[in-house]
Amino acid sequence: MIVALDIILRLAAWLLLAPLLPGIINKVKAWVAGRRGPPVLQLYFDLAKLWRKSVVLSTAVSPAHVAGPAAAWIAIITAALLLPVGPAGASCSFRGDALLFVYLLAFARFCIVLAALDTGSAFEGMGVAREVSYAVLAEAAIITALLTLCVQSGSVSLATMLAPSAGAGAALLAAGLFGVLLAENCRVPFDDPNTHLELTMIHEVMVLDHSGPPLAAILHGASLKLLLFAVLLTEAVLPLGKLSLLQAIGALVASVFVVAIAIGLVESLLARLAFRRVPLLLTTAFLFCLFALLVAWKGGRL
Amino acid sequence: MSNGTSVPWADLPEWPAVEFVAATAAELERGGRLCAWFGVPENSGTRLVAIIAFDSENTLAVGRSAPVTKSYPSLTLLHPQAHLFEREVWEQHGLVPEGHPWLKPVRRQNGDHPANGKFFQVAGGEIHEVAVGPVHAGIIEPGHFRFQCNGEEVLHLEIALGYQHRGVEEALTGGPHRATMSQLETVAGDTTIGHATAYATILEALAGTEAPLRAQWLRAIALELERLANHTGDLGALANDVAFLPTASACGKIRGDFLNLTALICGNRFGRGLVRPGGCKHDLETERAAQLLAKLRVALAEVDEAAEWLWDSNSVRARFEFMGTISAAQAAEIGLVGVAARAAGLVRDVRFDHPAGWHRFAPVPVAVWPDGDVLARARVRWLEIQRSAKFIEEQLAAPAEGEIFSANGELAGDALAVALVESWRGEVCHVALTDVAGKFRRYKIVDASFHNWMGLALAMRGQAISDFPICNKSFNLSYCGFDL
Repeated sequence: MIVALDIILRLAAWLLLAPLLPGIINKVKAWVAGRRGPPVLQLYFDLAKLWRKSVVLSTAVSPAHVAGPAAAWIAIITAALLLPVGPAGASCSFRGDALLFVYLLAFARFCIVLAALDTGSAFEGMGVAREVSYAVLAEAAIITALLTLCVQSGSVSLATMLAPSAGAGAALLAAGLFGVLLAENCRVPFDDPNTHLELTMIHEVMVLDHSGPPLAAILHGASLKLLLFAVLLTEAVLPLGKLSLLQAIGALVASVFVVAIAIGLVESLLARLAFRRVPLLLTTAFLFCLFALLVAWKGGRL
Repeated sequence: MSNGTSVPWADLPEWPAVEFVAATAAELERGGRLCAWFGVPENSGTRLVAIIAFDSENTLAVGRSAPVTKSYPSLTLLHPQAHLFEREVWEQHGLVPEGHPWLKPVRRQNGDHPANGKFFQVAGGEIHEVAVGPVHAGIIEPGHFRFQCNGEEVLHLEIALGYQHRGVEEALTGGPHRATMSQLETVAGDTTIGHATAYATILEALAGTEAPLRAQWLRAIALELERLANHTGDLGALANDVAFLPTASACGKIRGDFLNLTALICGNRFGRGLVRPGGCKHDLETERAAQLLAKLRVALAEVDEAAEWLWDSNSVRARFEFMGTISAAQAAEIGLVGVAARAAGLVRDVRFDHPAGWHRFAPVPVAVWPDGDVLARARVRWLEIQRSAKFIEEQLAAPAEGEIFSANGELAGDALAVALVESWRGEVCHVALTDVAGKFRRYKIVDASFHNWMGLALAMRGQAISDFPICNKSFNLSYCGFDL
C-alpha cells in the first residue's frame, strides 16, 4: 500500500513539475533580452490546449505515427521511476538499472524517430538523420559518465551510484553531462527550440506533423526528459544521498533551478553551432566524461 | 543618357534583332551592366529594349530592336545576367531566345499558376530532393525552393516565385491612373520610398521638370531612413537565425524606432504618402527636424551597441564567416546589385554611380566589403547604417530651402524615361514609355531582387542545407518586388 502510494506521489511530482522547467528557461531568456516573456506556466496552458484538440492525420501515415509518441512518453516516465531522489532511493531499483535508464531514453527517441519517418516527408527525414547521428555521440558521453559513477561507487544500480558525490572528477563530469543535457534536449548551441526555420531544426522538425494529444505527449515527454537530465546531473555531482530527505529535496530543487538558469543563459548568450561542428562539441563532452572516468579509476591510487 | 531623364522614343537607335543582341553583348563586354531588358509590343511584333548602365562613366545607354515576331538569338549565352530577363520576355511576349539554357516561366505557368513546373534535377542513388514552400513555417512571403541534396550538402538550388504576382506592370498601361501612386508604393512594401522616388522621378523626367530642391532633399533623407530601418532589422534577423538573442531582440526594437522616424516625417512608418510626382506631400519643419535628429542619435547609439555584441561574439562569427560565398567574378557575371554586390567587393551603388536628385549635391561613399560571405553582407549593412546616419545628420544641418511641392506638368508623348534609385536592397530601375497622348504604353519595374535571387541560388552551392535560412536572410530579397 505504502509502496503504491510512494510510486503515485513520485509519478505525480515528476509529471506535474516537468513543464515548469521550459517556463523558467524562457523567463531567463526573456529577462536577458529585456522582454517580459511568456508566463512561467505557459507549457501547462499549451498542453491543456493540445489535449482538447483533435488529431489531424496525414493520409500517408500508419498507426505508428500516433503510437510512437505514446510509447515514447511511457518510456520516459518509466525512466523517471528508475531515477532515485536523494536518500529516498528509487521506486524501482535493481542491479544494472543504469543501463535500462539510458536505453529507455534511447527507446523513447527511437519511437519518436519512427513516428517522424512514418510521414515520409523530406523535412522529417532530415531531422531524423540529424537527431540520430548526434544521439550516437551523446550516448557515448552519457555511458562514460555512468561508467565513472560505477567505478566510483562500485555499483551498477542508480540508487547506489548517485548517492555519493562524484569526487575529484565532479567538475569534469558536470561539464560533460551539461553538454549531453543540452544536446539530448535540443537546446542551443546544438538546436534552437524557438526557430521557425524548418531546414535548420532537429527535434522540432520531427514533430512538425504531429497535432493534438500526441503532440502534447511529445512536448510533455521532452520537458520530463529535460528534468530527468537536470536531476541526473545534480545527483551525479552532489552527494544528495548523504543528506536528510528534506535537505536533499531542497538541494535538488535549488540545483535544478540553477541548471535551468544556466540553460537560459547559454541560450541567451551563444549562437547555435553549424551542424558540421556539433560532433566536435559532443566529442568534447565525451572527453570530459572520459577524463572524469580516468580520475575516478586511477585517482584513488595516487 | 543619364539617370532620371527622358528621350524621345524615335531618337533611340534601332537594330534588327540579331545585331541588337550582338550590340548589347558588346556594350556589356566593355563594362556595361544590364539594368533592364524588356519587350514593347507593336502591331507587327515586339520590340526589345535594353537599358545598360556604365557605372564608371556615370551614364546609361538605351537601345531598341526592330519588331521581332518569333525568336531571336539568346543574349544569356554570352552574358548570364540576361537569363531571367529573357525568360520574362518569353513569358510576357512569347519571343523565344534561341539557345537559352533554361527557358521556363518566371512568374506564371499555364496562365495564372506560379512557375513551379519542371525543376532541374540531379540524378544519383544518394541524392534527395527537398521542396520548401510556398507555405513556410514562419510568417514570410511565399516562394518555392527546390534543393538537390547529397546528405546535408546542397548541390543545386532552384527558386520558383510568382505566388504574389499582382499584375502591377499591366495595371500601369494606359496610366498614370488615380491608383498608380499607391500601387507603386506597394510594389515592395519595405521599399516604399525607393519605388515611389523612382516613379516620381520618371513622371518629372517625362514632364521635363524637376522636383523642388527641398523635396529632393527630403526624399534623400527618407531613403536613408528606410535603409536604416531595414538594415537594422536584417542584422537582428541574421542574429536570430543563429539563435543569438541579444542582438536579435535589440535590433527588432530599434528597427521600429527607425520606422517611427519616417512616421515622424509623414505619418506612416513605411513612408507611404510622402513622395509624390512634383515633390513631397509633407514638409519637415525645423522643429520636427530637431526632434528627428535627437531620436536618430538615440537609436544609432543603441544599434551601435547591439551590433558590437554581434561582432564580438565568437559563436556568431563562426557561423557567418565563409558561409554562402559569392566571388566578385560571379557577382559581376550574374549582375548582382546592392548590398549583395558590394559585399562581394563590387563598387556598385546608384547613389554614387548614377547620382540623381539630391545625391548630385550630397555624394554618398560606397560601403564595400570584399569577402562575399554572410559576414560580408552583414558588415556592409553595418557600414551603411553608420553612413546613412551620418548622411542624415549632415543633410539636416544644411537643409535646402524653398517649396516642397510644385505641380508636375503634362507628360511628354512618345518618350522613354529611366530612373534608377539605390533602395536599401539595391538598385530599383523604372522605365516608362509613353504613347502619343502622354499615357503609359509600357512601364517596366526591375526590383533589386530580380537581379539577386540567382545570387542566393549560387551562394547555396556546396553549403549545408541547414544554412539556407541564414544565407537567405543575408540577401533578404523581396518576393513581391520580384513577382510584381
